[in-house]
Amino acid sequence: MRKFFSIGLVRGLIWQMVGTALGIGILTGIRLLIGLPVWKAESAFVFGALLGAIFFLYGVGVLDDWIKVASGKEIPEHIEKSTLGWRRYFGVSLDHKVIGIQYLTLALVLMAVGGTFALIFRSELTETGMQFLTLMEYNTLMSLHGMVMIVGILIGIAAFMNYLVPMLIGARDMAFPRLNAFAFWLAVPAGIILLSSMALGGFDTGWTGYPPLSARAPIGMQMFFLGVSLAGFSTILGSLNIIVTVIRLRAPGMIPFRMPIFIWASIATSIISLTATQLIGLSFQMVMFQRLFGMGFFDPGKGGNPILFQHLFWFYSHPAVYVFVLPGLGLISEMLPVFARKPLFGYKWVAISSIAIALIGFLVWGHHMFASGMAEYLRVPFMYSTLLVAVPTGVKFFSWLGTLWRGKITYETPMLFLLAGIVVFLFGGLTGPPNATVSTDLHLTDTYFIVGHFHDTMFGGYVFPFFAGIYYWFPKMTGRRLNEKLGKLQFWLMAPAFIVLSLVMMKVGMLGMRRRIADYDPALQFVDENQIMTIAAFLIALGVLIFFINVYWSIQKGDVATGNIWNSRSPEWQVPSPMPVHNYKIPFVVVGEPYDYGLPGSVYVKFQEDPLHGTSK
Amino acid sequence: MKHVVIIVILVVACTFLIHTGLTNIGLLPVEASAQSVEIDRLFGIHIWLVSALFSLIMVVLLYSLIVFRRKKGETGDGAYITGNTTLEVLWTAIPLLAVIVLAYIGGKSLGIIRLIDPSALQVKVISGQWFWRYQYPDYGVTTTNLYLPVGRQVKLEMTSNDVLHSFWVPEFRVKQDLVPGRTTELRITPTLIGDYKVRCAELCGASHAYMEGLVKVVSQGDFDKWISDQQSAAPMDPVLRGQQLSQQLGCINCHSVDGSEKTGPTWLQLYQSEVELSDGSSVVADDNYLKTSIVNSNLQVLKGYPANVMPNFADLLDQTEVESLVAYIKTLK
Repeated sequence: MRKFFSIGLVRGLIWQMVGTALGIGILTGIRLLIGLPVWKAESAFVFGALLGAIFFLYGVGVLDDWIKVASGKEIPEHIEKSTLGWRRYFGVSLDHKVIGIQYLTLALVLMAVGGTFALIFRSELTETGMQFLTLMEYNTLMSLHGMVMIVGILIGIAAFMNYLVPMLIGARDMAFPRLNAFAFWLAVPAGIILLSSMALGGFDTGWTGYPPLSARAPIGMQMFFLGVSLAGFSTILGSLNIIVTVIRLRAPGMIPFRMPIFIWASIATSIISLTATQLIGLSFQMVMFQRLFGMGFFDPGKGGNPILFQHLFWFYSHPAVYVFVLPGLGLISEMLPVFARKPLFGYKWVAISSIAIALIGFLVWGHHMFASGMAEYLRVPFMYSTLLVAVPTGVKFFSWLGTLWRGKITYETPMLFLLAGIVVFLFGGLTGPPNATVSTDLHLTDTYFIVGHFHDTMFGGYVFPFFAGIYYWFPKMTGRRLNEKLGKLQFWLMAPAFIVLSLVMMKVGMLGMRRRIADYDPALQFVDENQIMTIAAFLIALGVLIFFINVYWSIQKGDVATGNIWNSRSPEWQVPSPMPVHNYKIPFVVVGEPYDYGLPGSVYVKFQEDPLHGTSK
Repeated sequence: MKHVVIIVILVVACTFLIHTGLTNIGLLPVEASAQSVEIDRLFGIHIWLVSALFSLIMVVLLYSLIVFRRKKGETGDGAYITGNTTLEVLWTAIPLLAVIVLAYIGGKSLGIIRLIDPSALQVKVISGQWFWRYQYPDYGVTTTNLYLPVGRQVKLEMTSNDVLHSFWVPEFRVKQDLVPGRTTELRITPTLIGDYKVRCAELCGASHAYMEGLVKVVSQGDFDKWISDQQSAAPMDPVLRGQQLSQQLGCINCHSVDGSEKTGPTWLQLYQSEVELSDGSSVVADDNYLKTSIVNSNLQVLKGYPANVMPNFADLLDQTEVESLVAYIKTLK
């Protein structure tokens, strides 16, 4: 029992419960003292949730070192305990690889939850009429599906960046290991608070939370706002850490244009996260304050402006989709040369295209608002800027084709997922311009076409590259390979089913099916299409289930793979798997280009001794 | 060179094949407005672009995957090609030019669908959770179904009672949000007689899915007849007129006429009663109070009821309509 309570996560959760109860009590007490009506559920729950999150952080132990420093105590240099076994993944660790795997686990849990929500409401849509959900339940599940997936994706990206960035640049760890752990553990109560909205009446606004609707939704809305704000704070801190790490801790000789391409993508993503996330936090907090304190920011009755919210919201939330896809596109560019056995075609162009997408991404938010009632003339400049994104995105596609051309391509599971990523992202890319030209968008906006387009970009730019990355680096994490047969089965279930799903979504959208509807007019005759979509969704879920089985099985019984199984030039594969604490025992120097496959005798990095058969142990 | 010839042939063939497919599977509803014709023309350009780019990338991709796969027994790496600056410049510059041209075409298209006809029929649209209401100020008609004469531009001046909604008839293509506290405009020129449905396209709460309403496009003759039917059906008696308005405008969704508790105060026995206001003072609910509350509802809010819930009807009602409503409220004793 004592052992059980020594697990950080368990202590954190207990503290969070205590903190929440205490917060509710304190607020009620203050109201009693100053003579207000004693019970006000909304304020009490918001304050309780906030205090609960802070208590969680204290309980899990991630504040310990800072508290010591603040009280003038010495803190020793952190020594990572590798003897704890699996239990170290459930408590505070400062090792970037442990934190990376913690992030990865949390991402998979959240995305499984968000995916389950989708399956539930997708089943509801199989027939017209309401089957087993109420309208409010449908809206809550649909809204939470969106935001839980988004938080899951952000955490999944943090997983890859945390695990890979220090390793790829030859650093011992992140620049700020304690901040790194703090950012991760903040995401845990954030996720819990976000999901707790279901218990507090849910909410019916979609993930966008537009007021005035969000100003009148049940208390669940506040948990949504608070959860997202905390998750956003975690992202800001995480991206700051990545930027500093890349600037300060690269191996000797790793000039910018010799960095692995995933590092470029991480930098591009982190620039957006660091500078734009504040805006979604701000817009959500403004609605929170409107509800709690009667500040009428978006309340037309008090001179507020509901459209202002949309500007603030999309100023983050459009760049955010590039946060979601840039690391995935970086993963594609990172792994494609390994499986094509050829240099990455036009490395510098690919690197700069990531930065270009990130920067142009800041100028396009208005295309979400063509029908919103914003100033009409603004629609034209936003149309131009939006279409510009196609140019750097095109550079990536052409570079991938150039990389495959005259290669010697092999088809292991990671490669299959990379190809699925390219094809599905192509669907997403090509269905973008009709949303950019205003007049066609006036037909498409707020329909299932957008749902299909968006899911294409997410699956192509994130989900498939994410699975490719897991299959590729799993041996580095565990010393064992994921099973290839199960991997291929997962691929052949997921990829075709998803393509069918998204194409049908776009078709019914063009024909008149609005998005975010709990029911649809039988007169539209969309029942067949909806049944196809539901079946496809379950096939995707089956694929994901097989993935979880694969992970469970392979951790224990997978083929042992400690060497450079992909025959990669990248530094992490030049040392045995799994990676030791603090990474490279012998530091490396960059002496060549990262992707010079096919150039005989060249290497990317050089260790002083050969670490595979090292004499230094 | 052999590779390039094969690829060019395949790309061209696929482009036409995909284009034929996409234009024949019925991707768009019927065109029922002048705007939809223009928008579908732009969709046509997009479909060509999608077909060509999809073919280009997929053909090269699949070709590479098949032709350049590692054959049995092969070892070693692929060709050492790190890039090609000419190609990179080309596939940056050509798309750049293409998107600028596309944006220009898009701008033109937006101009065409926003063309203003000064003689357009004016209709005021009021939306709320979860209903559509229409007023024809030129004819003094208020209704729950939208009737439009074919071939004449209609200017919809739209606002919302509560949250965001969006006016969308898929057959008309264009869409515009309705925003509380301001008026947004949408111009449509119906070209095809028939029955359509307006479907709210902006998530507006639990019953969003069901926020649909009938839109009838009729001939000018039928429209004139419908208008005169509506006008003669509108009771001359102010009390009956007020009762009808209270239903059409959705007043009775929040104000009961039988004393039951709803969002707003009940109208039963309201007239000439003494009411307590939110600032603590009391007034008598006379004619003047009722009129003010209809056109400027936040001026004197009753104690215990939230402010900023009821929209101001100043722009939506004329003097006689306000008086009719008051006349109706007076009868509720």
